[in-house]
Amino acid sequence: MRFVDEYRDPALAQALVAAIERDTRHPWTLMEICGGQTHTLLRSGIDRMIPDLITLVHGPGCPVCVTPLEQIDRAIAIARRPGTLFASFGDMLRVPGSETDLLAVKSEGGDVRIVYSPLDAVRLAQKNPDREVVFFAVGFETTAPPNAMAVWQAEKLGLRNFSVLVSHVLVPPAMEAILGSPLNRVQGFLAAGHVCAVMGYWEYEPIALRHQIPITVTGFEPLDLLHGIHLTVKALEEGRVGVENQYSRAVVREGNRPAQALVAQVFETCDRKWRGIGPIPASGFRLRPEYSAFDAERRFEVEGVTADESPLCIAGEILQGLKKPHLCPAFGKQCTPERPLGAPMVSAEGACAAYFRYARAS
Amino acid sequence: MSTPPIVSSPDPSLGSCPLPLSDYPSVQMAHGGGGKLSQQLIEGLLVPSFDNPTLSALHDGAVFTAGGARLAFSTDSYVVRPIFFPGGDIGSLAVHGTVNDLAMCGARPIALSCGLILEEGLPMASLRAVVASMRAAARAVGVSIVTGDTKVVDRGKGDGIYINTAGIGIVADGIVIDPRRARPGDAVLLSGRIADHGIAILSVREGLEFESPIESDSAPLHDLVARLLDRLGADVHVLRDPTRGGVASATNEIAARAGVGIRLDEPSIPVSEPVRGACELLGLDPLYVANEGKLLAIVAREAAESALDVLRSHALGAEAAIIGEVVEGRAGVVTLRSSIGGSRIVDLLTGEQLPRIC
Repeated sequence: MRFVDEYRDPALAQALVAAIERDTRHPWTLMEICGGQTHTLLRSGIDRMIPDLITLVHGPGCPVCVTPLEQIDRAIAIARRPGTLFASFGDMLRVPGSETDLLAVKSEGGDVRIVYSPLDAVRLAQKNPDREVVFFAVGFETTAPPNAMAVWQAEKLGLRNFSVLVSHVLVPPAMEAILGSPLNRVQGFLAAGHVCAVMGYWEYEPIALRHQIPITVTGFEPLDLLHGIHLTVKALEEGRVGVENQYSRAVVREGNRPAQALVAQVFETCDRKWRGIGPIPASGFRLRPEYSAFDAERRFEVEGVTADESPLCIAGEILQGLKKPHLCPAFGKQCTPERPLGAPMVSAEGACAAYFRYARAS
Repeated sequence: MSTPPIVSSPDPSLGSCPLPLSDYPSVQMAHGGGGKLSQQLIEGLLVPSFDNPTLSALHDGAVFTAGGARLAFSTDSYVVRPIFFPGGDIGSLAVHGTVNDLAMCGARPIALSCGLILEEGLPMASLRAVVASMRAAARAVGVSIVTGDTKVVDRGKGDGIYINTAGIGIVADGIVIDPRRARPGDAVLLSGRIADHGIAILSVREGLEFESPIESDSAPLHDLVARLLDRLGADVHVLRDPTRGGVASATNEIAARAGVGIRLDEPSIPVSEPVRGACELLGLDPLYVANEGKLLAIVAREAAESALDVLRSHALGAEAAIIGEVVEGRAGVVTLRSSIGGSRIVDLLTGEQLPRIC
């Protein structure tokens, strides 16, 4: 398949592995930001192809994983309201809230639907004018433009039965939080290519300088990741800091300006709590006051919902790269994909689930 | 070659210590998804409750001796939505599915039953079309639909039409198809491209439009199996049609039953371009997507090439490939050599695959 097979070529992969082996002389700890990248690393076996000197730790870039428990509980409370049509991306449905998950709400008779685009949820609202249609607007900068577009369109269409439950988070503040922790062990980042396709990478330049680290904007195919690892390790070995762009076929420094403008029109920056990490200042989006009519939290008065995490779960340490999933005492025992204690075991992109699925035997 | 008896005593652990049915107070969709929850339901509730050696073999159908004849007996229910889909409909699927379950026992199918559960209000034209499709499919296979039943449920209590078919077939002497016969060194063959059925259904159900339409692979595999058995006989060890849960679940089940490992080779597994594209787009793994006309065969290593010849000389096996081998390895563990030469585990899925956010 074009634009896919080229980035999975075994000969090129071997050449990149050889280059990484040749150029790695010291132990380094790298973090890939995005859960999609974690998934590719384990699915294609890259974690076992690269030298032992390189430790890959897996970052917080899985929207399913970092959406706070109380936000899941709010989603469940809204989805259970009679007459509500609750639309969500598929992988949010299995995330456990305090007591249950959205799939269970569906099995109880709730109208919970998987959509592939937020605009599908807008269409559902148009087709069902007598129903409240609520879309679970989660994600990083990547899904912010389509989610903003959905709200913008709903406003233009004058839809009164459409709202969004927003749980948007941003990558740079999370990187700052990880690097600023006294326990930090990350020496170089593979930044998430699709986030940068929207936002560009100018935001990462001051972070790289302030913390004296290399950051490599990296794609999602196996060769992208091997190439990103190679560039980052070379920079570390040569003592270079700053941002390099491995994913130049999709990313330019300034990003996608029209997408950024739309996001800025609909959303504003706010403090957000991250599941497993805690509150990070200015780390997310909420709707601007002019769009507050589309805010599901206000419409359904679920702002007061609070929740507590399982004390056994070490998701916070996992998501900050302090521990590897299989070193958690609950991994594969009390915590499995069937009975997840924390979000990284739920999503296919979660680091714990990826370890459980692809690497358990090692 | 030593072959285990086809009917053996049940695994004592199944009766005495049923797997927990997780913590679900009610039935979830994933209990029917072919993954771990399905397995827990079957091995934790049904097998210990009905407890008999024939059932405990956990094959696609039961094989037993009656009146001197070796019979295969199987049943399956069809609840596909929509009832007409690209490449087939619920009627032809209900014939092919049960015919295939019999074929996977090494049987020649001879007769089917047909149970219809109809929802009040189903257009008569739809019912006629489904029945005509069943008739055509049964004729093409050479089986008769010899008994049946019809029930009608209130509007809103069904999805238009559900069909149950059961079938019986005859297993020739000397043919022993059993997942426990997979042994290290055996070759794993697949008769063609995977994931067509699941993606075809998903695309119509979810209104996804792809540049080239994707059609279900729904087809009867009895003839392909008959030719394979004619040519290879006892060298055919295991047959499976990887339906729900796909190739990943089928190989996991075989590995677990046989107490062996299976190593798959990702680049050898045929997947059509449109299906690969759809899976990439939706974040689905084609290894877990359903097929309705594909044969997974495990044969003795020395017979692998002739098995491939047999499959490829048949219209339904033109794109057959050797996709892996049975290995000593860890019992019940399926691994896969990735397209770039890495290695990973192919696990049984917990629930149904869900499309990813990004």
